[in-house]
Amino acid sequence: MSSIVIVGAGPAGIAAAELLCSHGHRPIMIDEGERAGGQGYRRPSPDLDLDMHRLMGSEASRYEALHRCFAALAEHIDYRPRTLVWAIEGSTLHLLHEGRAETIEADILLLATGAMDRVAPLPGWTLPGVFTLGGAQVALKDQGCLIGRRVAFLGSSPLLLLAAKQYRQMGGTVAVIADTTGLAAKATALPGLLASPRTLLRGLGGMAGALRAGTPLLHGVTPLAIEGDGHVQSLLLRDAAGRERRFPCDAVALGYGLKPETQLADLAGARFAYDEAFRLFLPETDAFGRARPGLYLAGDGASIGGADAAEASGALAAHAILADLGAPPAAAAVRTLTRRVARLRGFQRSLARAFAWPVAQIRALPDDTVLCRCESVTIGAVRTAMAQALGPVEVNRVKAMTRCGMGRCQGRVCGPALQEIVAGASGQDGTGAGRLRGQAPVKPIALSAAGESTP
Amino acid sequence: MSTDGAQFMRVATRRGAAIALEFDGLPLAATEGDSILAVLLTHGLILRRHEFGTEPRAGFCLMGACQDCWVWSGHGGRLRACTTPVADGMILASQPPAGRHE
Repeated sequence: MSSIVIVGAGPAGIAAAELLCSHGHRPIMIDEGERAGGQGYRRPSPDLDLDMHRLMGSEASRYEALHRCFAALAEHIDYRPRTLVWAIEGSTLHLLHEGRAETIEADILLLATGAMDRVAPLPGWTLPGVFTLGGAQVALKDQGCLIGRRVAFLGSSPLLLLAAKQYRQMGGTVAVIADTTGLAAKATALPGLLASPRTLLRGLGGMAGALRAGTPLLHGVTPLAIEGDGHVQSLLLRDAAGRERRFPCDAVALGYGLKPETQLADLAGARFAYDEAFRLFLPETDAFGRARPGLYLAGDGASIGGADAAEASGALAAHAILADLGAPPAAAAVRTLTRRVARLRGFQRSLARAFAWPVAQIRALPDDTVLCRCESVTIGAVRTAMAQALGPVEVNRVKAMTRCGMGRCQGRVCGPALQEIVAGASGQDGTGAGRLRGQAPVKPIALSAAGESTP
Repeated sequence: MSTDGAQFMRVATRRGAAIALEFDGLPLAATEGDSILAVLLTHGLILRRHEFGTEPRAGFCLMGACQDCWVWSGHGGRLRACTTPVADGMILASQPPAGRHE
């Protein structure tokens, strides 16, 4: 029997595993996390006194169904938590588990690697107390902690409202919810948003809740700086009317939508194409998740679609795997899933337009703003390198010259902003700036561990 | 604005064994299941000083992607504070041991 390896244990990976098991396969499921669920449906450890039902709100029943599904699966799969895939070479996966390296072979590889927040830099964003929006939710769900007592939510995303609501519920104070996209721009995207009324209603509910709680809710802001002496003390921004406003706070959560975690897909040989709506390079697949023979992609790691799309695309990829192994086609189920994934991902495309990545604001950031947190490279350093005679105009060359994107996070955090800065400084569109290539190890590992199985 | 000397605010209690650890020579109390990051940031404001310069850092993504939250163990190895649970008797430091970098 072919060895099937699933990387990721969120809704996509679990849905795929469920279908593969029901056809007699026993996939290996590799999870970097401590417990299955992924980021969005992360399950706290049982000894944490946290009412997940209340916290998950309208998603509670789906959250519980996913974990019930995984519990029923656990003994039928080879589940490997706390395990990092740090390199892929052909069909060989290089793993790291509790400091020990090993390799496994995957005849069939399904990557369901999820996503993280996309972040736009601003002056002061390296201060302690600035976290990603997803991180603000992880701190709560995983550790029962709020990132601060008085939190500012900044970015461009409907999740700003959702996270702010969860923070209010848990006794935190919300200093401000500030979205860089104006209301008019959001309204023009409304027709596309009607494709998923449930998500739209959640967003409107969050807005109404914020207004009832008296939280300042601003649209069309220009972020100016996060200020403080050694830690966050205030957020300074310009509102849509052009007034400078300062909001005292002790933490800031930053989120401009999500970006797929694509490093492993890159190492596994997926091809990429620029997506104009998300303004990101995304891996190419067919409608079922096939990236190349033996490689399948599902969930937010393939294309941002949210948890429901992740689940459906995981099942769809599993159908593709079964069909490629010669199982009789399940045409009706595949048709339904294909439509569902297309509709939900289409909705996220509209959301990405309604809550836009603030291209003009990023390109106009002052020179002294840190772009690369890991290597402390400023936007000015990138612009200066590019302005030299025969200076680089492509992100990988800019990285080699300035070290921007070369540090511990491998460009995960600065990558999207670097792309806009490079495109802006060279007068190109996003595609022209090129794509930061993934490199092994995809996350830093101890040299002693790498030595045991150097790719 | 005032932070009472700690970045994080605990809003859900954890049942579990009490754990004692040490960070930069100071004793800290934690509960089994806590991440290193949660313990350090419910007791203080920073995890480490940036290796290029001395600016303070306290983590960023909190989900194992950005690697901004590394601290050092007494054995000289680095630990990703956001995804590493505390263990009894852990000795942690914000700076690498002398002679080690990264």
